[in-house]
Amino acid sequence: MIDKPDVDWLALAPTLALLGASGVALLGSVLVPDWMRRTVSAVVVFAGFVVAAVFAGIVLDSSPEPTPLLEESMIRDELAGLAQLVLAVTGVVVVLVAWSERRRDNHGEYYALLAAAGAGMVFFVGAENLMTLFLGLEWFSLALYVLCAIDSDRETSLEAGLKYVIVGGFGSAVLLFGSALVYGATEELGFSQIAAAGAGDDVFLVAGLAMIVAGLAFKVSAAPFHMWTPDVYQGAPTSVTAFMSAATKTAALVLTLRVLVTAFPDESDIWTIAVAVIACVSLAWGNLAALAQSDVKRLLAYSSISHAGFLLIAIAAGTDRGGEALLFYLVPYSAMSVGAFAVVAARERELGAPVKLDGLAGLGWERPLFGAALWLFMLGMAGFPLTGGFFGKLFVFSAAYDAGDWWLVLVGVAATALSLAYYLNVVRWMYMRTGSELRLAPAGGSPPREYALGLAVAAAAVVTVGSFIVVEPILDVAGNAAASLPF
Amino acid sequence: MLATWLILLPLAGALVVAILPLPQIAAGGLAFLVALVEVGLWIVAVSRFDFDGEGLQHGTTEEWVESLGISYTVGFYGFSLWLAGVTVVVMAAAIGYALWVGRDRARGYHALMLFLTGAIVATFAAQDLLLFYVAFEAMLIPLYVLIGVWGGARRAAATLTFVIYTMAGSLLMLASVVAFGVTQDTFSLLDSGTSDNEWIFLGFAIAFAVKAPLFPFHGWLPLSYREAPVEVAAVLSGVVSKTAVYGFLVIVLAKFPEPVDDFTTLALVLAAAALVYGSVLAFRAPDLRGIVAYSSLAQMGLITIGLFAFNDLGLDGAVLQSVAHALVSATMFLLVGTVERRCGTGDLDALGGMARGRPVLASVLLVAGMIALAVPGSVTFAGEFLIMAGAYEEGWGYAAVVALGIVLAAMYVLRLISAVLHVKPGLAVRDEALDLRPGELALVLPLVACLVGLSVWPALVSQSSFPGDEPVQTLSEAAP
Repeated sequence: MIDKPDVDWLALAPTLALLGASGVALLGSVLVPDWMRRTVSAVVVFAGFVVAAVFAGIVLDSSPEPTPLLEESMIRDELAGLAQLVLAVTGVVVVLVAWSERRRDNHGEYYALLAAAGAGMVFFVGAENLMTLFLGLEWFSLALYVLCAIDSDRETSLEAGLKYVIVGGFGSAVLLFGSALVYGATEELGFSQIAAAGAGDDVFLVAGLAMIVAGLAFKVSAAPFHMWTPDVYQGAPTSVTAFMSAATKTAALVLTLRVLVTAFPDESDIWTIAVAVIACVSLAWGNLAALAQSDVKRLLAYSSISHAGFLLIAIAAGTDRGGEALLFYLVPYSAMSVGAFAVVAARERELGAPVKLDGLAGLGWERPLFGAALWLFMLGMAGFPLTGGFFGKLFVFSAAYDAGDWWLVLVGVAATALSLAYYLNVVRWMYMRTGSELRLAPAGGSPPREYALGLAVAAAAVVTVGSFIVVEPILDVAGNAAASLPF
Repeated sequence: MLATWLILLPLAGALVVAILPLPQIAAGGLAFLVALVEVGLWIVAVSRFDFDGEGLQHGTTEEWVESLGISYTVGFYGFSLWLAGVTVVVMAAAIGYALWVGRDRARGYHALMLFLTGAIVATFAAQDLLLFYVAFEAMLIPLYVLIGVWGGARRAAATLTFVIYTMAGSLLMLASVVAFGVTQDTFSLLDSGTSDNEWIFLGFAIAFAVKAPLFPFHGWLPLSYREAPVEVAAVLSGVVSKTAVYGFLVIVLAKFPEPVDDFTTLALVLAAAALVYGSVLAFRAPDLRGIVAYSSLAQMGLITIGLFAFNDLGLDGAVLQSVAHALVSATMFLLVGTVERRCGTGDLDALGGMARGRPVLASVLLVAGMIALAVPGSVTFAGEFLIMAGAYEEGWGYAAVVALGIVLAAMYVLRLISAVLHVKPGLAVRDEALDLRPGELALVLPLVACLVGLSVWPALVSQSSFPGDEPVQTLSEAAP
């Protein structure tokens, strides 16, 4: 008779809710008649994300002390709860964005995979052990690979899927190899046990650490591990891009923070430098390359690379204040990112073509609300006041300054200055050029009314502005979540 | 609470104007109405202000981010109340002018103007470093679009240089804000002490030097002032530049006594250079806006001399001159706008002879010009005299430069007046070009009336800017 482990079902509820939704949606794509398949699967997955968000909120609220789960393979703490909440809410908004996308087929599969990816991420952020880490990573990655390629009638979508599989697979392999080295050095898999093993400066341990950081950096899409990002973001369906830019980054960054702080506290003088270097490279590369882009999704992809840099600065600080800053910044960042891609999705539908910068001409005047929202998101990403992006950058910079990394503050400030050029360029195209000036081919007919999409954009805008006004409560939650790590 | 109301009213007005689907005239009219109510509200604020009282008045404090010591703290000192006053007056005139001219896409335009009003007033009221930064940056958003959408032919280049310059300054300031706030453990200007860190000081000083602008950070000025809609140029040179004066007063001079001491000579020399250089450029400028724009550079240099002389006379003079220049510059820009509308150009070569048959335009331009060139008895003369006296305490050389600046001001203003009103009728001046219309007069006349009123009684501002009329002591005490 095998001992049945004690299972904390509440802590697993967000994952299970999404898994359940995924299963139901997948079954629906077989059993439900064709004409209502899209509606049913969207509603089921929407409900799944909402339920997951509720459970994540409960977990967040009821886990003052970190508790190990499932034989210490996972952990229930406020960090996991907060990350799960952000991921689930992102999922809710992405379902709204996806609802307005027109695809020929595969509705059931699309939503099922979206929920599966969400479930994987929600599982991933609770990992407390190198095996669950890898399991979660592969879980959501596999779902995302297929999601990228789901519009099989578009060549770019297939290309995106293929590129993501190859590069992502490589990243996972690196991560796995690193895990093996760490296991070899410490004979432990659990994060806190690795720290407790005290392997010191064992060369395998350090090499393993480096490979784990690199593997996670692939998912964070930090330079120089970002090569897949622009192509995949551009080619994937826009709703999937929105989900990846916000949720994948959130999950990967939270876990990077967790694994570094929990498993490698003694090596912090090594990884803070490594992460700082990756952050600087991401800032430089992301911003410089974004300057040269003409495709809006590609531009936002490079912007997300540069944001990886900003967020990694917070991790490089290596303090609880840095963790707090990271977790705070993820809230407005996710909102702005999903919101921006949602507006792009709306424009894509209107034009019936990929959105280049010149495709934005006149958007601000033709669609005042979408235009104003995209303006807001661009300003927020540039760290302007009146958006939560401002406080995100401010907290990141003050954490870095507090940790003595004043040079990271300067790099961040310079990168912000550079980033204005392309963010404001988007605004310029929206408001200072008109569609007639460029003689764009009119898509014909009155514009599609997309209430779901409008709702998604509005929600993102509310969070973006709200995280500027209501700072203290979010910061409190972020601070408590960061405090659940052993800084 | 009044400070908060002064900030919120235009912001709420902006939201209403932007959202309500009003026709062009109604949207502009509503915005103008809000701007006038804002002026009324400010008058109420003045009437309830105790000019002999110490410390902050009409203030509000709300916690914002407690753990970092960030709060929403607003309120007015004497000098900031006057600066906010010229802001609301100039903004009302500018919005009225835009309504008169009939800017297209009126809802967007007027909403942005009202938003700008709120942001500028918030800058003058902010008593928390972070709130100050937020308001300072928030000004940039509407200005960027106002120039970029409604500006002249080269608006794209103008917005680009404007944004690059101001953002470079702002981000330096952000780094300084972070460093100052983290080391002081609070962002409140009321609670924080002084700092002797020269790098943090420079971050602030350069940001304000760009905004003012001061030599050699004025590269954005000519294009922006020429390409902006004329009433936006009026706001830019009239009041937006004064946020730099406020920043110098409450942050640089109050919080960094030692670095200020070390950099006084450099600041004074650069300011003196700006004064002379701006005056010479204004004298050589080929167009009306060029003259007013470069004169603005010169005047900001003059004001900075008063600030960095850092004595009672200089500071009083700097505040008085800020108020006076805001009104003068706005009046001149609006008058330039009326001339440009009639002639289709601002090139001096194509203008001339407009005094004949247009008595109202001639009289108003002459009066405004006389005040601009600081004719003795005018408020600008009072301001410049105070600054000169303050500069003399720092060294007679600075006072000599100020005197030179006053002479040069007479030269460029008289050149402008004669080029527009006198000499031969220019090619662009058609006989049927009208005199000032009642609507235009109704907008410009209040500004001129304010100037004449202050000329009669400059002490209204200069003796009430700081409690007990002891600026240096007030600023030193502002940092416990």
